[in-house]
Amino acid sequence: MSVAGSISSSARKGPIARALERFTINRIALVGLVILLCIVTAVLTYPLWWSYTPNQIDLRALNKGPSSAHWFGTDGVGRDVLARLMQGGRVSLLVAVTSVAISTVIGFLIGALSSFGGRVVDGAVMRFVDLAMTLPPVIFLLVLASIAGTGILPTILVISLLSWPVLSRMVRARLLELRERDFVVAARGMGAGLGHLLFRHGLPNCIDILVVYATLQIANAILLEAGLSFLGLGIAPPEASWGNMLNAARSTVVLEQYVWQWMFPGAALVLTVLAINFVGDGLRDAFDPRSDLH
Amino acid sequence: MKRRPILDVSDLKTVFRIGGRQVAAVQDLNLTVAPGETVALVGESGSGKSVTSLSIMGLLPRKVGKVVAGRILFRGKSGEERDLATMDSEALRSIRGNDVAMVFQEPMTSLNPVYTVGEQIAEPIRIHLGRSHKDAAESAVGLLAAVGIPDPGRRARQYPHELSGGMRQRVMIAMALACDPVLLIADEPTTALDVTIQAQILDLLRKLQEERGMGILFVTHNLGVVAEIAHRVAVMYAGRVVETGAVTDVFRHPRHPYTMGLMRSVPKLGEATMLKRQGIPLPTIAGSVPSLLALPDGCSFAPRCPYALDQCRAGVPALAETGGRHKSRCIRWEEI
Repeated sequence: MSVAGSISSSARKGPIARALERFTINRIALVGLVILLCIVTAVLTYPLWWSYTPNQIDLRALNKGPSSAHWFGTDGVGRDVLARLMQGGRVSLLVAVTSVAISTVIGFLIGALSSFGGRVVDGAVMRFVDLAMTLPPVIFLLVLASIAGTGILPTILVISLLSWPVLSRMVRARLLELRERDFVVAARGMGAGLGHLLFRHGLPNCIDILVVYATLQIANAILLEAGLSFLGLGIAPPEASWGNMLNAARSTVVLEQYVWQWMFPGAALVLTVLAINFVGDGLRDAFDPRSDLH
Repeated sequence: MKRRPILDVSDLKTVFRIGGRQVAAVQDLNLTVAPGETVALVGESGSGKSVTSLSIMGLLPRKVGKVVAGRILFRGKSGEERDLATMDSEALRSIRGNDVAMVFQEPMTSLNPVYTVGEQIAEPIRIHLGRSHKDAAESAVGLLAAVGIPDPGRRARQYPHELSGGMRQRVMIAMALACDPVLLIADEPTTALDVTIQAQILDLLRKLQEERGMGILFVTHNLGVVAEIAHRVAVMYAGRVVETGAVTDVFRHPRHPYTMGLMRSVPKLGEATMLKRQGIPLPTIAGSVPSLLALPDGCSFAPRCPYALDQCRAGVPALAETGGRHKSRCIRWEEI
């Protein structure tokens, strides 16, 4: 593509369209996206092409290795590992996406409150954020989880309460900068109110931060969920999740002899997180206007 | 032109809080703008002209400064006269953009980069006038055509970064005119533009004013621009109006040493080379604008004034009538 051609084609579109264009020339990000799409499709459609359900017990096949009947083998009570893997993927992704959505909303609102609330509010809110950030995450998570209990909803709650402070910092910084920008002053000159400034001018100009942060945070949330479930505080059995499937590896027998029972969920976890990180990095580069230059 | 003014500012005083002290950035300011009239506020940087326009709009950051005295009577579309200085912020918001609109200095950064210019012009129409999306979008295209943008239908769908500085300033003007305001405040709208574009924008403003009959308060430091566009002018120095009157009067017979100094400092075509050949520097006003924190007693221009007497330092001179509507804040206006 000639330089002139690429400039004129990217100049005709909106900022989002240009970011997407930059994203599509990033090969690693595209690979990540393809992997992620495969995983999501597989996880969502598995009942259509896989005959076992996650809690169906096959007493003739306890701790059996991969075979034509059970591609990924079975676990100690004869449940199909592939079916559980897919169901676990559903739960892990559901928990991750929902908790990140919640924490993104919290992060944006807290950031907005802080940047538009005046000096005193800003100070108070930011010290509170400092406090939330200084809490050791694992301990905080364990305390929260032991209060909230196990299950999907409490896990979502716990993870979303943990991951907003960094985002609210970034949003605050961006909004503080935007607030002084001429077009915001001009909008006030045209009679714009606070809500209008925040959601028509602030939010769209924060979209890069939000998208990148949310993407990377999903990977983080999957890991947090796995960690919590591994420790027995997240998703409780018999409901499957990648974390509580890994829990099986605590037994040395499983760890040494029934490798398929923990290797597949572990691999799924690594692959998903890696793919999401590639996508997140790609989005970050795509939203960075300077990336046009090199 | 003696019609009832749409804007009547009297005894305005705006203070800044600097290090716990209150410093008057603007004081004893009187100003009227009639419909169809252009009034220019001229002065050096820091003379209080932008603060005046922000005070009128109620856009001064509360942390920094506020209006402490005076009235800002404004007659909007409804014909009702209201005091902007005492109005609550909700009511002010409904006036801003609707009855009064503002054009800012920096067209490059005064538009939101994530929306097309058409959307940005349509927005105030939708919100202030309650019109539908489609209707407002059509009006936006019409406004773009009115401010002289070729192919307005296509331009409306473009983003700010695709337009040149002059185009963006036209867009800003279109946005300001969206709700057909009765008063347009233009804060150095041509300063960031090059000279040919500047002339085009001034022509445009003049043409739009003739068509729509709005009053314009034009803030600038450029005397050439004032001569070009304004009917009346108010020269500001250190927060006070030092001379005011019809542009032709003030420019032909300045009655204040500061205005005279300003006029002398504008180089004329060819003159600069001539002076250079003779080894004479360009005329300037000696000294610099006093800090607001340390204003001299009496006339604030006295330290730089070639005509200053001891009397000048005794008290702030009043704005004296010098004939017509021409006024000067100098006790020796008759002599100089």
